[in-house]
Amino acid sequence: MSGPREVRLSTTPTTEAIADLRLGDVVYLDGLLYTAREGVYTRALEQQANIPMDLPTESAANFHCSPAARINDDGSYDMGAVTATASFRFNKWLPQWMEKTGAKLIIGKGGMSSKDYKNYFVPNGAVYLSTVGYGTGALLGRGIEKVETVHWNKELGLAQAMWVIRCNKMGPFIVASDLNGECLFERENAKIARNVARAYEGTKPAILKRYGETDDPTDEVI
Amino acid sequence: MITTTLIEQTALSLMDKAAIEIPADYHHALKKASRTEDGELATFVLKAMLENYEVAKEDRCAMCGDTGVPRWFVKMGNEASVEGGMVALEAALRRATANATHNVPLRPNRVHPLWRTDHNNNVGIGAPEIEYGFEPEGDWIDLITVHKGGLFGTDYRMLFPSDGIQGIKRFYLDSLMAFGKRGLSCQPAIIGIGLGGSKDTCMSLGKRASTLRVVGSSNPDPRIADLEAEFKELGNSIGMGAMGFVGKHMVIDCNIEVGYCHTGGMPMSVHAFCLSSRRAVARLYPDGRVEYRTDPDWFTAYQRRDTIEWEPPVDNNQSTEIPAHTVDSPQTVENHQ
Repeated sequence: MSGPREVRLSTTPTTEAIADLRLGDVVYLDGLLYTAREGVYTRALEQQANIPMDLPTESAANFHCSPAARINDDGSYDMGAVTATASFRFNKWLPQWMEKTGAKLIIGKGGMSSKDYKNYFVPNGAVYLSTVGYGTGALLGRGIEKVETVHWNKELGLAQAMWVIRCNKMGPFIVASDLNGECLFERENAKIARNVARAYEGTKPAILKRYGETDDPTDEVI
Repeated sequence: MITTTLIEQTALSLMDKAAIEIPADYHHALKKASRTEDGELATFVLKAMLENYEVAKEDRCAMCGDTGVPRWFVKMGNEASVEGGMVALEAALRRATANATHNVPLRPNRVHPLWRTDHNNNVGIGAPEIEYGFEPEGDWIDLITVHKGGLFGTDYRMLFPSDGIQGIKRFYLDSLMAFGKRGLSCQPAIIGIGLGGSKDTCMSLGKRASTLRVVGSSNPDPRIADLEAEFKELGNSIGMGAMGFVGKHMVIDCNIEVGYCHTGGMPMSVHAFCLSSRRAVARLYPDGRVEYRTDPDWFTAYQRRDTIEWEPPVDNNQSTEIPAHTVDSPQTVENHQ
């Protein structure tokens, strides 16, 4: 087996470079990326704080991540492992975030739904890159050339702060959406759905029902 | 007497090992899985994970950026005593957790559930959890740290005897499907299933089954051991692999632990210990010796005893005796509704 195609990509990518990405491509990133998750979104979008970076000029790559990092007494940073957190929880903020910051690469865990991709990724010319594993934290750590700075640590704490990382061939990431709004995970789920009935054969639903959202295991839960 | 200094130093070292070094049993099993995986993307993922383990060790860096929620299991021989008593031991474990968070570094994951207050050291109300077990003999204590990921792969349900084995299978598959899609449970995982107990012990049993039993271990009840093997195969027959991509490996192993429950019920919990199955263990002796290992060896015959008084097994094997009043086949469960 040949394995997936590998691509080097800038964190301020051109439209052409994004259009060239295919679902399942393996990507390595160069340039500045920043972490932003619920803390940063709330502060920037709901509390209207000024974003302390020039976006998207400096970076168009938003990593859903809290690093395992420390701030030393002399003010320098040590960052070991970096791994993404699940992105689906952030869809209430992402449309506005993209509009405000011009983010073109959303990097995280698990991807979004094809509805999210079609509704606001594609119109903003953005795609989703998934981390691998999950948990290639040490590999991604080797792609950190320098921790440039951390914003809003005092306000949000280490885990929610906005870390700015200079990366050099940071990866691997997997392309999980494209400019047609196609979703890699939904494609895989559809393939797997064919087997599900066989695995469930002979089992029966629980005697005591629960109020819930779905009883079809081929449904998505995000 | 075991000194608090020894406890704190050892605990610090265990925190480091757990975060950085993948335990041998899981590592070996994942290597084996990667050789037989045939999904293109799933294969790529497993290879990247195997490389990641090596890099973490070389760079002495946490294998995963989400370093989980550190917790402690303390096992004591009946003759063990700790300098300063158990309050001193708990303080030592809390100090080690905080210091390791800064030193390794670990991600300060622990926050207040409402106010999201973060002490940046993984210590807070009820954190880290410290749970205890005892053994009839010995003057040692075992310190076990587990840094389990905290968000996905776990579920609980009150089933009933009439749900039977087929109902248990259903809930097991539901849990794998719900959290396996998009790889939320970071599979292939060690799946732990808790059956019975009260609601809270059912959760504890399942969590301990996934985190405190190694890959390749079996429940001493041969019929439960058969279920473990069957469930492992069943989970891997879905066709879902790492990250929810098409693949053959979702369950690295399936461990089932049971506890006696209310006669009308059959509570069940499912837990997934992920691609970064972080655990580390050390045995501390009063003379200052420390032995490191990766098998918690939590579920001894004593932990699984079902008698009033402790009656050591007659041979060296763990007790597999089945009392006359228990059901003699899984199907029989359905006849007792």
